[in-house]
Amino acid sequence: MADVEPSPAPYERDFDHTSAHWAQHAPEIWDEYRTACPVARSNAFGGTWLPTRHKDVAAIAHDTENYTNSGAVISPERPEIPPPVGFAPPITSDPPFHAIARRMLLPPFAPKPVKALEPFTRDYCNGLLDQLLADGPAGDAAVGYAQHIPVAIIAKMLGLPESDGEKFRGFIHRIMEAPGAGHDIADDETLEYYLDGQVAERRLNPQSNEDGDLIDYLINADIEGMPLSDEHIRGTIALLLIAGIDTTWSAIGASIWHFAQHQDQRQILRDDPSLLPFAVEEMLRFYAPVTMARLASTDHELGGCPVKRGDWLLLPFPAANRDPEAFERADEVLIDRKQNRHGAFGLGIHRCLGSNLARMELTVALECFLHRVPEFELANPEGVRWSTGQIRGPRELPIRIL
Amino acid sequence: MKTTYNREACQGHNRCYMLAPELFDVDDEGYAIMLIDGEVPAGLEEKAQLAIDNCPEYAIELG
Repeated sequence: MADVEPSPAPYERDFDHTSAHWAQHAPEIWDEYRTACPVARSNAFGGTWLPTRHKDVAAIAHDTENYTNSGAVISPERPEIPPPVGFAPPITSDPPFHAIARRMLLPPFAPKPVKALEPFTRDYCNGLLDQLLADGPAGDAAVGYAQHIPVAIIAKMLGLPESDGEKFRGFIHRIMEAPGAGHDIADDETLEYYLDGQVAERRLNPQSNEDGDLIDYLINADIEGMPLSDEHIRGTIALLLIAGIDTTWSAIGASIWHFAQHQDQRQILRDDPSLLPFAVEEMLRFYAPVTMARLASTDHELGGCPVKRGDWLLLPFPAANRDPEAFERADEVLIDRKQNRHGAFGLGIHRCLGSNLARMELTVALECFLHRVPEFELANPEGVRWSTGQIRGPRELPIRIL
Repeated sequence: MKTTYNREACQGHNRCYMLAPELFDVDDEGYAIMLIDGEVPAGLEEKAQLAIDNCPEYAIELG
């Protein structure tokens, strides 16, 4: 009798979040799995689970017993620096160390200090728009606008030259968009080398927290009287730089992509600017850029599926945000949605540290854009290129200013 | 109308402070501080409802 191939388990799928297919079709993939699985598994990266319901995503985000954040970004190799610290504290940290590493970072990212950065952000956006309008009517809202805004602001906060923006976007591409693509780069072109140089420079010329930037702040910080290790400082700057750029760039780009196709909603916002904060939250719900990852730290069951210790899990907050069990009319963009408990910035103890900054940047960037470019459309809908990996947003967004 | 605030559940999303600053402030780390003792002042019911309906952690609820 011939051997019979065992039929695959009902949750087996072939997704790869770093593929071009995922980049173009992620929302349809989430919707399909949510109806069919609803937790899917693929062999990518040695075994990756993908929950799609809000309740599963929220449960994982709140569960630090069965999951470790040491694998917050999926890569071909398992992380080298083990829990509870991880490579880039606090995002790669677990309790109890996580709370210590996070707490020292909260004050500079609280709403009131962030509010003080608003005038700089507004001037910066208007400068970019001067250029976009001067170059028009054809332009690229991602390349010429969205991608620059978070770079300028986080560079200002970290005291890094904004002219290194292209370098930062290169780090992001290698780490976030194409992990495991076998990048062959010289030692002096790595993120680690760049950041070590910046920290060494600061150490030669120490500044107080009042006079210094966020890197000085980390050098001055301590944990129970002990200064932070160089690895901790480097990892945290890496986090602030990486997490602060492509995420907000994606949210701004996706929002412009949306409004390019909805003249009626642009008009509603012009007629009633008080709706803008609700529209911003709806953009964050529907186009949430960030999918986090976890590593399973135990064998356990998730939605009826057998998760094994060491398996990767994707945590697609955008998929959770489109779950009809959690949101009324989940598949519609309602710019005046008044009940919106979206998880675009994550849920639980790892809530995005920079959420207040990101929200301010997105609000100001959209407000300036819609004011200065009231009428515009997609120049070539097929030419919009979405990013691969865990952060989702348009990387090329050709528009025509009308 | 009464509201309750659960500091343990709050993760500092700051939706309440944005939507209802008359009812919620934030501390230096960005966690919410409820400015009322539970009873929502007349005229602020709509804002209190917004704070409840937009807290991703269900930290604010009708009391």
